[in-house]
Amino acid sequence: MTSVQTIPTVKGEAEARTGAPVVAVENLQKSFGAHRVLNGVSLSVNRGETLAVLGRSGTGKSVMLRLIIGLDKPDSGSIRICDEDIAGMNIDQLGSIRKRMGFLFQHAALYDSLTVAENVAFPLRHHRREMSNAERSTRVQELLVEVGLEGGLDRMPSDISGGMQKRVGLARALALEPEILLLDEPTAGLDPISSREIDDLILKLQRERKMASVVVTHDMVSAKAIANRLALLDQGSVVIEGRFEDLERSDIRFVQNFLRQ
Amino acid sequence: MSNATTTPAVVNQRKTLDWRAVETTALVDSTTEVINNFFEWFGSLGIFFWQVVRAAVTPPFEWRELIRQLDEVGSKSLPLVALAGSAIGIVISLEARYSLSRFGAKSMFPATLVYSVIQVMGPIITGLVVSGRVGAGIGAELASMKVTEQIDAIEASAINPYRLLAATRIVACILMLPLLTIAADACGLLTGWFAQALVEPLSCHQFVQRGFQGATFNAFLPPTFKTVVYGLIIGLVACFQGMRTRGGAEGVGRAATNSVVLASLFLILADVVLVKFILVVFP
Repeated sequence: MTSVQTIPTVKGEAEARTGAPVVAVENLQKSFGAHRVLNGVSLSVNRGETLAVLGRSGTGKSVMLRLIIGLDKPDSGSIRICDEDIAGMNIDQLGSIRKRMGFLFQHAALYDSLTVAENVAFPLRHHRREMSNAERSTRVQELLVEVGLEGGLDRMPSDISGGMQKRVGLARALALEPEILLLDEPTAGLDPISSREIDDLILKLQRERKMASVVVTHDMVSAKAIANRLALLDQGSVVIEGRFEDLERSDIRFVQNFLRQ
Repeated sequence: MSNATTTPAVVNQRKTLDWRAVETTALVDSTTEVINNFFEWFGSLGIFFWQVVRAAVTPPFEWRELIRQLDEVGSKSLPLVALAGSAIGIVISLEARYSLSRFGAKSMFPATLVYSVIQVMGPIITGLVVSGRVGAGIGAELASMKVTEQIDAIEASAINPYRLLAATRIVACILMLPLLTIAADACGLLTGWFAQALVEPLSCHQFVQRGFQGATFNAFLPPTFKTVVYGLIIGLVACFQGMRTRGGAEGVGRAATNSVVLASLFLILADVVLVKFILVVFP
């Protein structure tokens, strides 16, 4: 197994890292049957910081995001969100943690029986019950404008493009004003122009909302554009963690090959 | 022992024994796997049921979704249930008239029809029709949501999917089955009387008077309200099959099929127990 190469925090990155980490995973292990997907992953993300998790398909990047939001349980290791250990929490206890997190799924996972507006209003309808219908629809419109969608509120998810679905998914993830944003392949399946638009959108949201973000991606261009730090996973372990320049300078063969491709 | 003493016949016998040992081991393994899967399925169903019960009795309650499901399970099943009940009423009427005539007991026709429809056929036919329509619908809908990560998205939005999706559907099935059964019974009695009235003059008043003569609530309420258990079985099995689906479109198809098959099977098996229970408790 390759040893983890962690590049120490450098000038410039320190601005992003303030206080205790809002997401801290330690020695995370997860197997599906005999197949070990995560093999002792340790990572942390601070408030206002964006960590991009890179790696080949099947190296457990998306599994790690699912563990962080509690959709799957780790075999061992700890996951602390805003200083609370989520291991052993039941579904209702996890609920209070999840309200502080937004999750953009790889395929957006929009509710196909609801319109675009209803999808974005869904978390508000359940967690902001004090909101009137008028307040809720105003908030939905604000969120959609924030992600660059102004019309088509009554369209169904099947009637809009993949890029628009991602934007709607992002608006839904932002509805409860989360402190932590988890993005699973935000640019996957999109053309280069749409991908850069999504990157710009994520950067804009980071500037305005100062959230901690974990972005799982294959897209090096995207990772370089939006992340303060990058972590490269291989065979369920972190091979290297640091800034993009640090990865470029690395002499680890796997890192070089990954960056070249 | 030297190889020189081993004759070809002994070698063949050993080979046969080896093959038998392999076949026996394979049979034992596959039997063990089937038994394990059987208990694992029921264990998972028990855990699922417990999670649903816990979610159903703790706030916030999903009234809006419950009302939507009451409409989905109740109102939208009503035409099908009414049609099935009507058909059963006619069939029982035709069969009963023929059989009772042979024994010279035609005067028993109204009571035979009333008891057959309300105690036996109405509940089970309603259960099977709802199992087919609603069970398949719930199984396929939840399975489709599962494979497209919509259920994960609900959970990630800090909403308990057991409360929002499963509890509402199961409660809707439990509440609606007795009402649908009453509707099926009413349609069955109406068409049964009508089929008889076409052949021999029998006023509705006479039919009701003779049919319900000496009847008590104990004779009709337990068979109608046993369908609460049918509702629980249909809702629980369909939600369980849907929410544990894996494997894309094929998984969705499998969940829908299994929902109907298992719910119908358990419903018939439960009927055996419930009939005996009712006979003992409400003699």
